[in-house]
Amino acid sequence: MSTAVTEDQIEKVVVDSLESFGADPDDISRDATLEQLDIDSLDLAELSQIVQERFDVELKGSDVADVKTVDDAIKLIAASV
Amino acid sequence: MDSVVVTGVGAVTPLGVGARTLSERWSAGVCGIRDGEGACVDFDPGDFLSVKEARRADRFTQLAIAACGEALEDASWGDELPYDPRRVGCVLGTGIGGIATLVNAQDTLRERGPELVSPLAVPLMMSNAGAAAISMRHGLRGPSYSVSTACASGAHALGSGLRMLQTGEADAVIAGGSEAGLAPLARAAFVALDALSSSGISRPFDARRDGFVMGEGAAVLVLERRGPAEERGARVLGTIRGYGSTSDAYHVTAPREDGQGQADAMTAALSDAGLAADDVDYVNAHGTATPLNDRAETQAIKLALGERAHQIPVSSLKSAIGHLLGAAGAVEAVATLLALRDRIAPPTLGFSEREEDLDLDYVGGGARPLQVAEGRKALALSNSFGFGGHNAVLCLEAA
Repeated sequence: MSTAVTEDQIEKVVVDSLESFGADPDDISRDATLEQLDIDSLDLAELSQIVQERFDVELKGSDVADVKTVDDAIKLIAASV
Repeated sequence: MDSVVVTGVGAVTPLGVGARTLSERWSAGVCGIRDGEGACVDFDPGDFLSVKEARRADRFTQLAIAACGEALEDASWGDELPYDPRRVGCVLGTGIGGIATLVNAQDTLRERGPELVSPLAVPLMMSNAGAAAISMRHGLRGPSYSVSTACASGAHALGSGLRMLQTGEADAVIAGGSEAGLAPLARAAFVALDALSSSGISRPFDARRDGFVMGEGAAVLVLERRGPAEERGARVLGTIRGYGSTSDAYHVTAPREDGQGQADAMTAALSDAGLAADDVDYVNAHGTATPLNDRAETQAIKLALGERAHQIPVSSLKSAIGHLLGAAGAVEAVATLLALRDRIAPPTLGFSEREEDLDLDYVGGGARPLQVAEGRKALALSNSFGFGGHNAVLCLEAA
């Protein structure tokens, strides 16, 4: 969709989502792994929905499965918008 | 065979958080019903669950997790299970399951489209979610499942747990019931059945009774065999002496008017315990306050216990907390065990006007001491009957 979406905007949505899923805000950083944040496949399915609603992008399940860090998630979304 | 004992209890009910709170407040005549329903207003999921756990659990599961935590602490189970985890089971009853989750998902589907229905909808609303959450939280790796027999679910769960121990399938079982059905949809559906009280007052066995008052809550009991429980130094709260389960095979919502199916379950529970009517000191009635139930149940108690029915107190916890549906049997088992321990018959709150043929001692007024024969332990039957004609009765004995 719109090229006006910035990586900062994406990062904010991802971080807010992770916090709402129960990840400790102090632990969230670009380098943090999803495992460290106790983020699992159900959380990622929810994140995909949030991203779809917010940025109108559909993340492929196979791509989402490769996401290991917060940075991976942000980059995957940025590449899809 | 080694008897099956209760070593810990936990409850979250409209009378507050905690099994002892339930027992003390009911005995004191406190009513937890406000504005025509029994809500667990004192329950804050954040007191028991992390953000992640809370959003992964429908309210009925949250209530079960809280009750379970109390029960395990009460049983002095530390972080390390006292048995091989593969030998610890969990059976949890619920009549409805995650109805609030279902309603929210339906709203999302209608308002925002199918692609936005939450991936958490299924794991939250499934009726086995409570048993699954308890198994995962405490690392119980033996048999775990839910039972669903409407308002008999909690009692059937305890009966299943009892059998699991008696057959040697497990060395300990966490058993109980949970319900969080105060959703407007459930209320409307029960109203359509003409089952709910229009006055909003739960008056079991009273001539003015006009239906049940909906409630929510959970109770969990820790069941072990007496030998190993005593070996680990556990304090025993009481014994599940027997269990009887029958079906009316009659009507989907109405009980048999002659109470025969219910009476058969009471007789079966006594027979399972190797006891007779004269051994019963108290009946914790299903006592929903619907015109049909209380009349049929009175008949059933008389059929099962004969003359003894007129000599012992019969009371209903639903007068104080409303009808907790799939949790009721478990909550009532906890309340009954604590009443037996204290040797009292707690009251049927608000009972004062008699109806013809409803001629038992329903304990109006206030709690009374139980008359227990010298040298004996207090013994009770706890009745639970569900839509569909499912009858489950537990025979409980003080420690």
